[in-house]
Amino acid sequence: MRKELIFSMESPYRDTFRIWGYRFGSGEKSLAVVGAMRGDEVHQQLVCAQLVSRLEKMEKEGKLMEGHEILVIPSANPFSMNIEKRFWALDGTDINRMFPGYDLGETTQRIASGLFEAIKDYRYGIQMASSYMSGDFIPHVRITRTGFEDVDTARLFGLPYVSVREAKPFDTATLNYNWQIWCAKAYSLYGGQNDDVTPESSRAMVDSILKFTHRIGLSVPVANSAKMSYETIVVEDGDIVKVKAPSAGIFQTAVKAGDEVGEGQVIARIIDPYEGKVLDHVTSPCDGVVFYLLNKPLALQSGPIFEIIAFSPASAAQDGHGDRRP
Amino acid sequence: MIKTVFERSLPVGETFSIKKNVISNGTGKKRVCIVSGTHGDELEGQFICFQFQKEILEEIDCLDGTIEVYPALNPMGIDSISRGIPNFDLDMNRIFPGDPQGTMAEQAAAAIVEDIKGADMVIDIHSSNIFLREVPQVRISEMTADVLVPWARHLNTDFIWVHGAATVLEATLAHSLNTRDTPTLVVELGVGMRINHYYGKKMVLGLKNLIAKMGMWKGAVDQSAITDPIVSVGDQVSFVNAPASGIFSTETHNERIVEVGDSLGQIISPLTGEVIEDIKAPCRGYLFTIRAYPVCYEGSLLARIHRI
Repeated sequence: MRKELIFSMESPYRDTFRIWGYRFGSGEKSLAVVGAMRGDEVHQQLVCAQLVSRLEKMEKEGKLMEGHEILVIPSANPFSMNIEKRFWALDGTDINRMFPGYDLGETTQRIASGLFEAIKDYRYGIQMASSYMSGDFIPHVRITRTGFEDVDTARLFGLPYVSVREAKPFDTATLNYNWQIWCAKAYSLYGGQNDDVTPESSRAMVDSILKFTHRIGLSVPVANSAKMSYETIVVEDGDIVKVKAPSAGIFQTAVKAGDEVGEGQVIARIIDPYEGKVLDHVTSPCDGVVFYLLNKPLALQSGPIFEIIAFSPASAAQDGHGDRRP
Repeated sequence: MIKTVFERSLPVGETFSIKKNVISNGTGKKRVCIVSGTHGDELEGQFICFQFQKEILEEIDCLDGTIEVYPALNPMGIDSISRGIPNFDLDMNRIFPGDPQGTMAEQAAAAIVEDIKGADMVIDIHSSNIFLREVPQVRISEMTADVLVPWARHLNTDFIWVHGAATVLEATLAHSLNTRDTPTLVVELGVGMRINHYYGKKMVLGLKNLIAKMGMWKGAVDQSAITDPIVSVGDQVSFVNAPASGIFSTETHNERIVEVGDSLGQIISPLTGEVIEDIKAPCRGYLFTIRAYPVCYEGSLLARIHRI
C-alpha cells in the first residue's frame, strides 16, 4: 500500500486542504474508488476506509492479482466534513457538479480537476454516492445512461438491484457521467444513510466491492462472498412507481427500504401537526419492493415519499424483463 | 391582479406559494413577463419589480398589452437569506423545465415554465451572488444570439455577454423558455444581498424602452439616457482567478477600461502582514466583474475583463 497526496491547496485560515489516495499493486490502472465528496457522506468515507484496511491485508497476504493497480480515495472533501457542511463551505458549490473540472477555474472546479486527473484513466470506477433526494435507498448500483453504460458488469457487485437512470442536465457534470465519457465503466453505489456508521452497513458494501474486484479479475474471492448471492435485477426508470404525499404534515413510515409491499397496503401515515389526527393513510399503488423512502419526519404536500419497484410494471411486460421479485 | 402560479402545503400550518401580478391595459395582445428571485441572495430584482410596476401604474393609459411580474420564484429562499431552496440540494436554476412527478422544487419549476411559456418576451433578472460585483449586463447563449441581441440592446445595460453553450445550462429557466419559442433575456447586475438604486432605476428605464420598442408602451422614454452596450461575442472574456488563498483587498471598481498591468487588488495575509500576490490586469479591456467578497481560495474568481 502506498499513501499518496493526490491534490493539495492552501486555505486562507485553515490547515492545508488535502486529498489522499491509497494505491495497491502496480500495472494496469484497473480500479479507482472514490468515497466522500460531500461533507455529510460519512458512511461513504467509512466504506472506503475499511476497504483500504481490507485491501492492505489482502495485499500482504498475496490475494491481489499481479499486474493491476487499485486506487482508493476515501475523501475528496475533508474540509466540509470537518465543519459538518454538505457542500463547499465558502460558496456552497458541490464538487460532484463540477466534473470533469478545470484546473484554471473556480476552487471546486480545480478540486474536481485534480481528482479527475488522478482517476480518469482507470478501467473501472466506483463512487460511493448520495442522492439529492434525502432518504433511504435499497442497496443498489446506479448507472447514469450515457450511451456507454455497461449494465451487465454492474451485476457483478452482487447487490440486489441495478438502477439505470436517464441523465438529467445536471447529471452531465457528475463524476459518474464524466467517468463514462472518459471510457471508464463507472458505477455509483447507494445504500444506507450518510450518517450510518454501523459496522454491518459498511461491511456489506465493502464485501460487495471485493466481490466485484474478484469477478473482474483483480483479487481472490472474499471469504463470505456466498452471503450475497442475489440474482441482481436491473431496474429502469419505467419500473419505478413514485408515491407522493397526499397531504403535508408529520410523516410516519410503516415500512423500510427493501420491504415487500402489496397493492393497497398502508405504508405510511401523515399526521396533522396541530391536532394529531391522521390526515392520510398512504397506501402502496402496486405490489413491489420499497426502493426509496423519505427519511425525514416532515412531508411536503405532493413531495416524493416513496419509490416502489413494481413487480409487474407495464414496461416490464413490454420489454420482457418479467417479474421483478428479488 | 395577484395570481398564484404554484401552491403547496408545508408540513406545519403554512402555505407555500409563488405569485405574480398581472397588469393589463388597452387591447394589445402582447405579454411581457418580468421574473426574479430564483436565488434567494439576489435582491436587485426586488427593487426593479417594485419600481417598474410603480412607474407603469402611474401612467397606465400608456400601456397597451399585459405585464406580468413574478418577483420571487424562490420565496422561501429570499425570506430565509438562502441562495437555494431551503432543504433542497440543487440550484433552482438547474432544475428547469422541472418535473410534475418530482420533488416540490421540480414541480414548482414545471408550473413556472407552464405559466410563462408563450409570452412575447421574458426578462429574468438576477443579481450577482455575494461574491462578485457586476455591471448591468445581459447574458445570452450563442445559440439564441441572433434573435435576442437586437432586443437586449434596448435594455439600457452597459454590456451584453454572448457566451458559449454548456450542457448544464440547458437546465436554466432561460434555456427552457427559449427552446419553447418564448424569447427570454437574462439580466445580471450589482452584488448579492444588496440593492443598488442607481442600477435599478437604469434597468427600469431599459424595461420601459424595451416594451416601447415592442409597441406596448406609449409613454415617454428619454432615448438620450439609453446606453449603447458593449457586445462581447466569440470568447472575448478573460477570467482572473485567485492564484493563492487569502484576503482579496481591492480599492478598484468595475465599469471602466483597464490597461495591461493595472492593479486589480492584492491577496494579503492578515497573519503575517505580507502581500501574497499582486493581482494585475492580464489584458486591456472593459472590467465588468470585480470580486466583492474578500475571503478567497485558490481559484476564486476575482475579475472578468472583456478584451478590447
